[in-house]
Amino acid sequence: MMGSGSNNQPAVSARNLRKRFGALEVLKGISLDAHEGDVISILGASGSGKSTLLRCINLLEIPDDGEVVVAGESIALRTGRRGRREPVDRAQVDRIRMQVAMVFQNFNLWSHMTVIENVIEAPVHVQKRPRAEAMREAEALLDKVGIAEKRDAYPAHLSGGQQQRAAIARALAMHPRVMLFDEPTSALDPELVGEVLRVMRTLAVEGRTMLVVTHEMGFAREVSNRVIFLNQGVIEEEGKPAELFAAPKSERLRQFLSSHLQA
Amino acid sequence: MADYVELMGFGPKGWGLLMAQAALMTIAVSATAFALGSALGALVAWARVEGNRPLRIAADAYVTVLRGIPDLLVIYLLYFGGSQALTALAHLVGAKGFVGVNAFAAGAIAVGIISGAYQSEVFRGAFAAIARGELEAARSVGMSRPLLFRRIIVPQALRFAIPGLGNVWQLALKESALISVVGLTEILRQAQVGAGSTRQPFEFFITAAALYLVLSTISGLGFQRAEALGMRGVRRS
Amino acid sequence: MDFDFLKETVLLLLSGVPLLLQLSFFSIAAGALFAVLLALMRLSGNPVLDYAARSYVFVFRGTPLLVQIFLIYYGLGQFPEIRQSFLWPFLREPYWCALLALTLNTAAYSSEIIRGGILSVPFGQIEAARACGMSRGLIFRRIIVPQGLIVALPAYGNEIILMTRSTALASTITLMEVTGIASKIISETFRAVEVFICAGAIYLILNFAISRAIALLERRLSPQFHTPALAAAVAERA
Repeated sequence: MMGSGSNNQPAVSARNLRKRFGALEVLKGISLDAHEGDVISILGASGSGKSTLLRCINLLEIPDDGEVVVAGESIALRTGRRGRREPVDRAQVDRIRMQVAMVFQNFNLWSHMTVIENVIEAPVHVQKRPRAEAMREAEALLDKVGIAEKRDAYPAHLSGGQQQRAAIARALAMHPRVMLFDEPTSALDPELVGEVLRVMRTLAVEGRTMLVVTHEMGFAREVSNRVIFLNQGVIEEEGKPAELFAAPKSERLRQFLSSHLQA
Repeated sequence: MADYVELMGFGPKGWGLLMAQAALMTIAVSATAFALGSALGALVAWARVEGNRPLRIAADAYVTVLRGIPDLLVIYLLYFGGSQALTALAHLVGAKGFVGVNAFAAGAIAVGIISGAYQSEVFRGAFAAIARGELEAARSVGMSRPLLFRRIIVPQALRFAIPGLGNVWQLALKESALISVVGLTEILRQAQVGAGSTRQPFEFFITAAALYLVLSTISGLGFQRAEALGMRGVRRS
Repeated sequence: MDFDFLKETVLLLLSGVPLLLQLSFFSIAAGALFAVLLALMRLSGNPVLDYAARSYVFVFRGTPLLVQIFLIYYGLGQFPEIRQSFLWPFLREPYWCALLALTLNTAAYSSEIIRGGILSVPFGQIEAARACGMSRGLIFRRIIVPQGLIVALPAYGNEIILMTRSTALASTITLMEVTGIASKIISETFRAVEVFICAGAIYLILNFAISRAIALLERRLSPQFHTPALAAAVAERA
């Protein structure tokens, strides 16, 4: 099971992250800590920087300033040639990414591999685990997310909801300490959203550490234990879901909630 | 370097003038071949789209064969075959000796026939790219078939065909070099003559290469311009 | 129809096929390796490498293959440095000159095809691989190559057919592959049409075999596109 508070260090820590794209500053100094077992929902309007924040944590985007610490290890960054920010040690980044699994809005399953091959790819080729063991575990994971019968199908033959669940199984197969969800249900037809949220809820109940960028207010309110509201690159408000949803302190959050909640 | 300039210059010992004339010959034979290819290509494309079964099979065969066999063989066929036919004809009327087909004609026709195969593919794609809806709109206002062809199909097809035709033109330019083997004095042949005469093959063939590059670059710019003009008012998907 | 002549001609021409196949096979193989290098240079992000590769492709696609052959066969021999180097035993032989020219030529065209294949892999899948901690080498090997290959295959198959056609130009520097033998027979017997038909047939049969092989390879490599629904639709259309 997940670490039961044996160390007080946060599983993931972001300190003062800044990121700009061209002239536009998207993250203006964001800090957050996620402890073991935290399920944090990140809300905000488009352009507020939610996805960028998530992508800075596993270094798919490289912050211009600030620090990312995963399981106590700080990711070393420097300013390289041509003024671009880059990691000092690629191997460190690869290692850290093994512990931080990401589920994408567009699933991003590898289309030339079957579902089960997708799930065992990272365990076998990145984490160098024995194939037989990875296979056994993959089958259990596919069963857990409810698509065991699709193990030998190709992604193109699956519905969106099935693909996303396969992607979640793929993320779980890496035994991650932290799971990042980047708008996992935004690309799904409404009737397929439920099956994915159900799986995510199971993971939360199990005690997984999850950072979820989402528009699904129900999930944010009922499943997460913390909610962060981003607005124009800064954390406008954060706290327990019950407090934020019932009594939003900032005007922006009030507006956001009223436009996103339909009873 | 100074030697090279003297060699290729327009002075008394320079080959510059001859190379320039050869370049004009290259342009002439390529343009002739391309024009022939356009006529053939349009016909064959029409046959493949609108023709009856035997016509379509013949057209498909033409395209498959000419894209599959070496261009050199086609040139040999037209030059030597043509010369043999001409010689036989001449002997019939009492002439003696070997009558050679004009190298320009044989070369232009050979490259033209090959180019036609490629151009038919370009036109076929261009026909297919015309939106069905526009044709239906034209028919629904009562346009006759010839009018439809002239006012809607041809302008649109030409517009879509420009990039492909640009490629085929470059192909024709490069294929014209093969006509040197039957003696036409275009760029490569002239370079060979110069190389043999001065025993400086490298300088001559480098110059030939440079000339082809210049011609193909200018052509490329020209076609880009044409494409831009053709795409006026079209929203890129 | 003089069938005896046709038969004789075909037999003579067939003796040139091994040389044709050698020239095609080795130039395509060596050209492919070089093409991968060029494609990687263009995709490396390094402006110097990109420019160098782009210039190479520009020159070799913008000039006729025949000029390239003549430059290598006739032009290189002009330099004493080359004549005295260890390369000379190769560079004075028409076979190696033709092979070199064909290789350099196909590398230029193939590099663009390969580059297109690499770029066709959806970026999201590459991100997912990075997010799993895959190194760049691993991503290239496991994600990009398998998918890029399928996209590049039709265009590459076309290039292979064009290359087998181009080997005919080796006949201009005395190599007796099929076209070389054909032109010799034509000049001796003056029967251009019959020889043309025989030689053309040989090339066409070769091309047919190559296209079939490529189509088979394409089908074998892309099981993910063959859904039961698609198979039914294809069967219906056939």
